[in-house]
Amino acid sequence: MLANYLTIETLFYLAATVAIIASLKVVTGKNTVHALLYLVVSLLAVAVCFYLMGAPFAAGLEVIVYAGAILVLFVFAVMMFGLTTDETKHAPHSKGISFWVGPIVLAMTLLAELVWTIDSAHLQQQLTANVVTSKQVGILLYGPYLLAVEIASFLLLAGLLAGYHYAKPDARGAHL
Amino acid sequence: MTNIPLEHVLFLSCILFAIGFIGVISRKNTLFILMSLEVMLNAVGVAFIGAGSAWRQADGQVMFILILTLAAAEVAVGLALFIRMQRRYRSLDIDELNEMRG
Repeated sequence: MLANYLTIETLFYLAATVAIIASLKVVTGKNTVHALLYLVVSLLAVAVCFYLMGAPFAAGLEVIVYAGAILVLFVFAVMMFGLTTDETKHAPHSKGISFWVGPIVLAMTLLAELVWTIDSAHLQQQLTANVVTSKQVGILLYGPYLLAVEIASFLLLAGLLAGYHYAKPDARGAHL
Repeated sequence: MTNIPLEHVLFLSCILFAIGFIGVISRKNTLFILMSLEVMLNAVGVAFIGAGSAWRQADGQVMFILILTLAAAEVAVGLALFIRMQRRYRSLDIDELNEMRG
C-alpha cells in the first residue's frame, strides 16, 4: 500500500523539498564548511530530481562535476583561507552530533528514495519509458552545438589562466 | 510526456533561484555569495532539464552541460580572486572592497 503513494511525482516532491531545505541552510548558514556540506546535499537532491525527470546522464554529471569537482575546489579554497579569523569565530562551538545530523538525515532521505526507485520494477518501467539518453545528447553536442562546445572550451581555458594568474604568489616587487 | 508536470519543475526552479538571489544580495561573506551563485545556476539547470524532458528533446541537457562548464570556470576565477582578496585585505567581507571606486 506504500507503493501506491510513492509514485514518481511524490518522490520528486520529496527530493525537491530536500533541495529547498538544504539551499535555505546554505544561504542562512554561519559556518562555511557546514554550508558547503549542505550545498553538497542540495546538489545531490537536484541530481535525484534530474533522475526522476528522465535525465540520468545529467544526474550523473551533476554528481560528478558539481558535487565532485566544484565543491572540492570550494573545500580546498576554504582550507587555504584559514577561516579561524573570519566567520567561524561567531559560530557556536560544535555540540556533539548536532551539526552533522541535519545533512545526514537529508542525505539518507535521498539514498532511501534512490534505493526505492531502483528496487521498484514498476517505477523503473515508467522511468525508462521517457528517458532522454546520453547518445542523443552526444549527437546534438557534436552536431548543431559544436560551436558552443568550442566556446565552452575557450571559457574553461580562460578560467584556468585566470585562476593561475590571480592565485599565484606575488613575485618580488610585483604589482597587483 | 513525463509524469512530473512542467509547472511544478519550474516552480522548484523559481524557489531555488529566489533562495540563491536572496543569498547573493544579503550575505557579506564573499564565499557565501559564491555558494548562492552556485544555487542560482543550479536552479537554471533544473529549468532546462525540466523543459527538455517535457518535450523529450536533448537540447535541455546540452544547455545544462554548458551551464556546468560556465559554473566551473566561474568558481575557479572567483575563488582565485578571493584568495588574492584574503591575502591583501585579510578578510572576505565584501564591504572591504568599498574603496574600489571609480
